[in-house]
Amino acid sequence: MKVQAKHDVGSTKKTLTGADVLIHALVDAGVDTIFGYPGGAVLPIYDAIYRSEASFEHVLSRHEQGSIHAAEGYARVTGKPGVVIATSGPGATNLITGITDAMMDSLPIVIFTGQVASNVIGTDAFQEADVMGITTPITKYNYQVKELSELPKVVKEAFHIASTGRPGPVVVDIPKDVSAELSSAVHEATFELPGYQPNKTPNPLQIIKLADALSRAKRPLVLAGAGILFAEATEELKELAERYQLPVINTLLGLGGFPGSHELFLGMGGMHGTYAANMGMYECDLLINIGARFDDRLTGNLEHFAPKARIAHIDIDPAEIGKNVQTEIPVVADAKEALQALLLRSITFPDHQDWKVKLTRYKQDYPLWYERSDKEISPQWLLETVHRLTQGEAIVTTDVGQHQMWAAQYYSFEKPNRWVTSGGLGTMGFGFPAAIGAQLGEPNQLVVSIVGDGGFQMTAQELAVVKERKLPIKIIIVNNQALGMVRQWQESFYEERYSESLFMENPDFIKLAESYGIHGMSVDKETEVIDVLKKAFSFNGPVLVDCRVVQQECVYPMIAPGKGIHEMIGVSK
Amino acid sequence: MRRIIIATVQNRGGVLNRITGMLHKRQFNIESISVGSSETEGISKMTFVVDVKDHQKLEQLTKQLNKQIDVLKVSDITERAIVARELALIKVGGSGQLRAEIQGIITPFRASVIDVSKDSLTIQVTGRPDKVEALIALLRPYGIKELTKTGVTAFLRGQQPSQVAEINSFTI
Ligand SMILES: Cc1ncc(C[n+]2csc(CCOP(=O)(O)OP(=O)(O)O)c2C)c(N)n1
Ligand SMILES: [Mg+2]
Repeated sequence: MKVQAKHDVGSTKKTLTGADVLIHALVDAGVDTIFGYPGGAVLPIYDAIYRSEASFEHVLSRHEQGSIHAAEGYARVTGKPGVVIATSGPGATNLITGITDAMMDSLPIVIFTGQVASNVIGTDAFQEADVMGITTPITKYNYQVKELSELPKVVKEAFHIASTGRPGPVVVDIPKDVSAELSSAVHEATFELPGYQPNKTPNPLQIIKLADALSRAKRPLVLAGAGILFAEATEELKELAERYQLPVINTLLGLGGFPGSHELFLGMGGMHGTYAANMGMYECDLLINIGARFDDRLTGNLEHFAPKARIAHIDIDPAEIGKNVQTEIPVVADAKEALQALLLRSITFPDHQDWKVKLTRYKQDYPLWYERSDKEISPQWLLETVHRLTQGEAIVTTDVGQHQMWAAQYYSFEKPNRWVTSGGLGTMGFGFPAAIGAQLGEPNQLVVSIVGDGGFQMTAQELAVVKERKLPIKIIIVNNQALGMVRQWQESFYEERYSESLFMENPDFIKLAESYGIHGMSVDKETEVIDVLKKAFSFNGPVLVDCRVVQQECVYPMIAPGKGIHEMIGVSK
Repeated sequence: MRRIIIATVQNRGGVLNRITGMLHKRQFNIESISVGSSETEGISKMTFVVDVKDHQKLEQLTKQLNKQIDVLKVSDITERAIVARELALIKVGGSGQLRAEIQGIITPFRASVIDVSKDSLTIQVTGRPDKVEALIALLRPYGIKELTKTGVTAFLRGQQPSQVAEINSFTI
């Protein structure tokens, strides 16, 4: 909502409330969009929002989880911090999943929670929750504001911490009496964080070591994670790869950091990665990890991970280096600065022609495959078709499950920051609200939200926001009438005992969309898909497409749990 | 292996919770923590005695501590010349004849009796953890009714010899 009344900012009379001070601080921080939901403990803040004449949008979700996933989507595509406001108690606890998700995927989010008044904190007052206690393990940092005078400083610190170094969520808990208090003084927002000095510049000695290792490598491979995206280092990565003809693979979250159609690109690595990417990691003699954290879904069984390789790891977070995989060449730095430093060195061109030929053969001989159904819609084909019809240019958000992996496999990206997915936490219910934030952050881009029939039902109430804001999001439900990924694991590892994974009952998604005033279409024949999707993508406004796909499909290839990256199953028909 | 780690931290609300929570989440085995103010206002010192499996785990521990925004400095002082002390209060049963006997045991430890009742006495001992442990072992036969320890607090000696004879990880 936009705002009406006015108040005098420069006045020294007691005319500002703590909440007004907060709004000024947000405006100072450059905030243009706030995702939130009101309640008792944030009434002063919502009153200040109502009265403020600053130009920012407040987006009212229909559940606080919707607010925070939207803020994550916004942050992921714009690179700016996402801002969330929620009330005390249940408002704050409804954010927990999203805060944890942002922590795992290193997204800059600043969350303001209301708290009960200072004098009743600790008495189990109405709607009191120990937000500091609950959010300590899932935030980069958190604050409870004790005095109004410290609020501007806290807000400034919170944005700084959230968006620098390795990004992450920061919670600011504000007791109601602090936001309601009248204030006259203008408080300085200077701060000092002596214990927080992220190191962006690489140690030159480590760069020399890395350059030397590269010049000697016979089988080099670059693993590019989301650190490339946060550091805006895609150009540098491309230059390094092309100059030394280095094969590149991405993590799930790193997709878009290297052009998907590039001849040096081998695809995504990990549990559902390509044969070429995983065998590349298995056989390489130098693995240069840039901004990835060697997550277990990437590495598989660590015993078999990159067994012949010297490991170099560039990361802004020193604690990630050596955490899971022993590292010979640690480079604590911003990915862009590290790559720039590496590009400045003269490096002997590595002797790796045979390796390149081998990997190219892997790529050609073992591409992603699926058996296309002749009657029903194959979900992989559906995702390929979405890619084709949007020329690979859309911002794609996904939920979690089989459709997510198919989207990662078949929607390849040429450009960065167009891929929004929940990697570390694997949060069902993420994809659709994330699309709302992405569309608000990038109003002129086509946003396609690929969701499962299960996960969509976890946050479907946010359809109201899409309608209210006239967001032209294209929602594609990959509807297999099942918790597909659970069903797949039960098929593969539990002798097809489909315990609680097949839906007997799903809503009529078209009517659901229509009840929110959103255009709905459904398709269950392959021959009609292209026509329906074309209509959806050219429709001027939001559309929900319910795509009925084959239920019994599995995501392949796969590294079974406990297996090594060289032990993929389902590599070819 | 046992290590003594000191963290200098900013004295902000929740800092102890944040650090112990992180140690718990990351499955570090903490034998003791002692926390108190330092020479600088607003800055506290935490002394941890930890049992870690190997050097990689130790490196993770110091990195994770350093990563905390309130942590200013982390040092592993295990292999340096240090003074490490802890304090224990030990209540043992004893009256009449036994008291004299107990007194005889504690004197070489420079421990003192700080409270006496009809049938018990409370002993205070300060020193290196191995010394404190030794006294506790000697008192055990007399029946320890209550025991509390502060945990180790430590810092570097003013003078660091070029070679540290004593390997602290064994003695603390
Ligand atoms: C909040 C949450 N609960 C449970 C899970 C476990 N889980 C992972 S994938 C999945 C199935 C998702 O089903 P659906 O949304 O229909 O997607 P599909 O796999 O069928 O494409 C489940 C239940 C999860 N990731 N997140
Ligand atoms: Mg499904």
